[in-house]
Amino acid sequence: MGKLTIGCFASLVGSTNLDFAVKLSAAALEKGHKVDLWVSGNGTMISIEDQRPFKDYSSLQKPLEELMAKGLNVTACEACAEARGYHENNTLEGVKRFSMDWYLGSAFDADRMLHIGGE
Amino acid sequence: MATTKLGFIVQRPGLKSENQKLALTHAIASQSVEIYLDDDDEVLCDVAFIGDGVLNCIKDQKTLENYDLNSTESHVKMGLLCDLNIFVCKEDLEKFGLSESDIVMDANEIGGDMDVRVVPYDEITKMMEEMNHLLFF
Repeated sequence: MGKLTIGCFASLVGSTNLDFAVKLSAAALEKGHKVDLWVSGNGTMISIEDQRPFKDYSSLQKPLEELMAKGLNVTACEACAEARGYHENNTLEGVKRFSMDWYLGSAFDADRMLHIGGE
Repeated sequence: MATTKLGFIVQRPGLKSENQKLALTHAIASQSVEIYLDDDDEVLCDVAFIGDGVLNCIKDQKTLENYDLNSTESHVKMGLLCDLNIFVCKEDLEKFGLSESDIVMDANEIGGDMDVRVVPYDEITKMMEEMNHLLFF
């Protein structure tokens, strides 16, 4: 089995790129691959806890929690999160926060890398 | 010893988004990635500005004065200071009526040794073929 590193810089609300990244993560995990998901820029929005689901907006807290329980490794860019007021104390349990070198470190031994830039 | 090469391709203009800055800050983060790697392993990052992305390299940017934000120009210089290979597509630069004299070409004033390389797109294609992974911004 391989390792997939996904980087997504698109926002949770206003785009479905994060939805795609989470669905792809689920498919890869299902096939037995290891998946690292890095969120940076507006993508860090996915790391906030207490997201309220509406049918008109993407809401990924529940699927993300389920996938992290299955081994999905989710890390948010700490600087990008802090710049948006997303602090350690309102970060979804299980989501890690590191600096940008974490993404490159994950890419080092990834068999495939999928980078989804911001809007 | 193993090396992974990442190519950061910036194709969108500045100020409308933060893509170009995130490309540069992530590439510059290769300077500290060793904390996640075994001894002698490394991640090398090249950056290429193509299409509308070449506009990010125009010199004398005033974002600090106008928006109280560091300019992309300063990030390009920081990249050069960190010895990143930074390419600018010659044809795309000319498309905008720009030349080397219009863009940031070095970081001499902060002690950088590297120069921006204005090259034909063919050369950027060769760079991309040498990379393990490509990241488009």
